[in-house]
Formats: sequence, structure tokens, C-alpha cells
Amino acid sequence: MGVRVVTPAKVSIRDLSMRFPTDRSTIEVLSSVSLEVKDGELVCILGPSGCGKSTLLNVVGGFLKPTTGEVLIDGQAVTGPDPRRIFVFQERGVFPWLTVEGNVGFGLFRLGAAERAERIAHYVKLVGLSGFESVYPQELSGGMKQRLEVARALAVNPDVLFLDEPFGALDSITRLVMRSELLRIRRAEKKTILFVTHDIDESVQLADRVVVMSTRPATIRRIVEIDIPHPRDLSSPRYIALRDILFEEIGLAHKI
Amino acid sequence: MPTRSDVERFLLPLGTAAVAVGVWALAVRLSHTNVFPSPLKVLAGLKELAGKGVLWRYVADSLRRVATGYLLALFLGVPAGLAFGWMPRLASAFNPVIQMARPISPLAWMPLAILWFGVSEAAPAFLIFLGAFFPIVVASMNGVRSVPAMYLQAGRNFGLGAPRLLARVVFPAALPQILVGLRIALGIAWLVVVAAEMIAVDSGLGYLIIDSRNAGKRYDLVVAGMLLIGVIGLLLDILVRQLEKLKTVRWGFQQESA
Repeated sequence: MGVRVVTPAKVSIRDLSMRFPTDRSTIEVLSSVSLEVKDGELVCILGPSGCGKSTLLNVVGGFLKPTTGEVLIDGQAVTGPDPRRIFVFQERGVFPWLTVEGNVGFGLFRLGAAERAERIAHYVKLVGLSGFESVYPQELSGGMKQRLEVARALAVNPDVLFLDEPFGALDSITRLVMRSELLRIRRAEKKTILFVTHDIDESVQLADRVVVMSTRPATIRRIVEIDIPHPRDLSSPRYIALRDILFEEIGLAHKI
Repeated sequence: MPTRSDVERFLLPLGTAAVAVGVWALAVRLSHTNVFPSPLKVLAGLKELAGKGVLWRYVADSLRRVATGYLLALFLGVPAGLAFGWMPRLASAFNPVIQMARPISPLAWMPLAILWFGVSEAAPAFLIFLGAFFPIVVASMNGVRSVPAMYLQAGRNFGLGAPRLLARVVFPAALPQILVGLRIALGIAWLVVVAAEMIAVDSGLGYLIIDSRNAGKRYDLVVAGMLLIGVIGLLLDILVRQLEKLKTVRWGFQQESA
């Protein structure tokens, strides 16, 4: 019996708190975080290192149980990890004992051989790894491993992707390339994406909305809507204005 | 023209070995010993053994015993180690027993082995099993424990239940460490077989050494047996190291191969 009509959120985080007991006291990592993410939205969670934004993502992904509060996805409480929502780590998450093909097909064990081969071929191509099907990750560059991990995630056709500083270990040029790749892939496969980053530029380039977190215990300081259409011009006044707002919000002077 | 890596891989070690044999020959000549054999006498001894046909039989006997005890240790030790690594409770329960049994030299079990199995094939195989089992268990257990949490999390995320997770993530992720354990265990097995054969049986390379000494102080045959043991041990190690080159485990040996 809702009083108002709302579009149902894809992900809804309700009053989430997280405390870890330590030897002497308890550390509060998250403090009453509430957030709604719409279907198909790309939300960046931006905050300083160690603020608890990864913890938040792990709770939403079902890998950690919150101390209080709950996470609903499609209206259902999250109780554990689920193949419908895939977590993407930095590129170290690919399985080094499997080839590119083996990695992409990893989650497809419930499918028949023909369909599996078809999906593998599709996603290997989508992330630009054609020709590398039988190569082991060890022989791939950092950027290629990251593409591989994204392909492995997309192959099981999840509706939500969690990306935890996925490009953090890449060099700055590869990082830029990967961002535009992510946006390209997002156009091809409409997914809801929660993207954790400590990189202000990255969040302005990618997000529909940027959620700025405070230092520990993490709370939401502000949510900034990035109202620049894609492809985004990184030197447009609006881009710079939004970036400045975020700099300000994080508490950084933008002079060096 | 030999390349630099050819020099490092073959010429240097072979040269060093040649120098060592030379020093050995010279030392025997200069000391006028009539107990310790010269390299040529050892070679003649080897020929004599090969001529009598016992050499290959002894080598085969030793290898068969190692194979029996080692394979038994492999097929019991790897699953046991995986289970201990996967179930910390089980490991806590068994750990004191394992840690206490591990430092007992397999040779200390000799009297019991002979009591239980008599002078038979089973006695040395049992001692080899004991020597190889613990390193395999411990390596497998540590291999499972050091699987990065990220791999497990990814496996669970894709909906793998425990059996699939073990087979498709934990085992392959632990395999490089398991292989290291298998290599160490094979070295130990080869050490143990020689000692076991000196006491528990009447064939094999260990028996050759002790018998050559007891029956006529044939030190040329003693040294020949020792060299044979060394060469075969080296070959076994080279053999087991080939496994590290398999593509599915090579990532775990990056530092060594790079």
C-alpha cells in the first residue's frame, strides 16, 4: 500500500551498517548507508582508500553479511553470492590455469557444449580477445586480463556487475582505453553496474551518478548526477565543473 | 658455435664433473690407497655387474619398490592433504599426530616394518610410503590453504557448489604447490629405498652396496652403486620436473622459468 508510485529499484541498499570486532573494540566501517540504483544505471562509488567502499560492494554482492540493514535486488533480500550478479576484481581474478576460452566459459557449466562454445566465441570477440582463445593469462597484458575477466562475468549473462577498482592496477593509458571499452560494452549489454573507485576522473567519465563516500565509518556524503551525454568531452566546462564539485566533496584542493 | 645458454646448461656442469673425476683419480694415485677405488676401477666394476646381469635387476627392483610406495603415498596423500586444507577442523584434529609422526625417520620404522611384513617387498615399500606420504600431505594442505580468497570468491559467485569448487578452483590453484611436494617426496623416496634395501631385502641398489662391502670389501662396487643411485636420482628429479612445464601449472613456477 504505497503512498507514492515509485519505479522499483534494481538494487536497494537500506540503512546498511557494518562493524568488525577487533581485539579491544569494534571498528565501524559502514554507517547507515542507503542507496537506490535503477535498472541499467552505472553508479560509481567514490571515496578515499580504505573508507569501506569495497566492504559496501562485498555486502551488496552477498559476500559479507551486514551488521544491520539489508540489501534488496529486484525486491529480494541478498543472502549470498549469485551468478545473476557477478563481481569483477582487478585483473588478478582470472584463473591462471585456464586459457582465455576456459576462463570465459568458466561459469557456463550448466549449458550444453554448443551453446557454451557460442557464448564463449561471442564474449571473446566482444572484449577484443579474438585470436587469443587458447592463450594462458600469464601471456596476456594487464589490460587484456581485465578484458578477460569482464568477458568471464558477462558470459553468464548477469544483470548486475560489481566492479571493485577494476582498472586500479593498470597504467594510465590502458586505464583510459579500458574505460571507453567498458562504456562500449555497456552499450552492447545493458547491465546495472556498481563501480567502486578512488579515481575522481574515472567516476566523472563513467558514471550516471557518483556516490561520494566519507572516510571511515563510510557514510554517503553526497550523490552527484553526471548529466553529460556520452561520448563525454573531457575538456568541456561541465565536465570540469562536475569534477571540481567532486574534488571539493572529497576534500582535496585542486591545485598541486 | 655454442650459445651462452648452451655453455651454462651443458658445458659448465660437464666440465665441473670432469674436473671432479680428475681430482678423484689424482687423489687415489697420490695417496697410494689400496682400499679406495679409482674411477677406472669403478667403471670396470660397473661393467662386471652389468655382465653378470644383476645390475639391471637391482635397478629395476629399487625402482619398483619406489614406485609402489610412492604411488601409494600419492594416491592417499593428495586427497588427505586436500581434505585437511579444505576442512580446518579436520586438520586441527589430525595435526598433532601428523606433526609428531613427520619427524620420525622412516628408517626408525624398520624394526616394525620387518615385524609386520617380514623380509619382503612390502617392508621397503612401506618405509618409502611413510617417507613420501607426509611431504605430500603437507604440501597439498598448504597448497589448498594458500589459494587466494579471490579465486574462491569468484568460484562461489559463478554458483559452484563445494564439489565443483574443489575440482575446478581449489585443486588447480593448489596444483603447483602439490607438485613441489611430489618432487620433494620422490627425492625422499629414493633416499629411503637405499637404506631400506640394506636391511630389509636381498636385492636392489642398497643391497648391492652393503653386500659388496660385506662379501669381500669390494669398494669399487660400493662406489659404483653410489654413483648409480646418484644418476638415477637425478633422472627421477628431471622426470618429475617435466610436470612443472605443463601449461596448466606453469603459472605457479613463473620465477623459475622466467
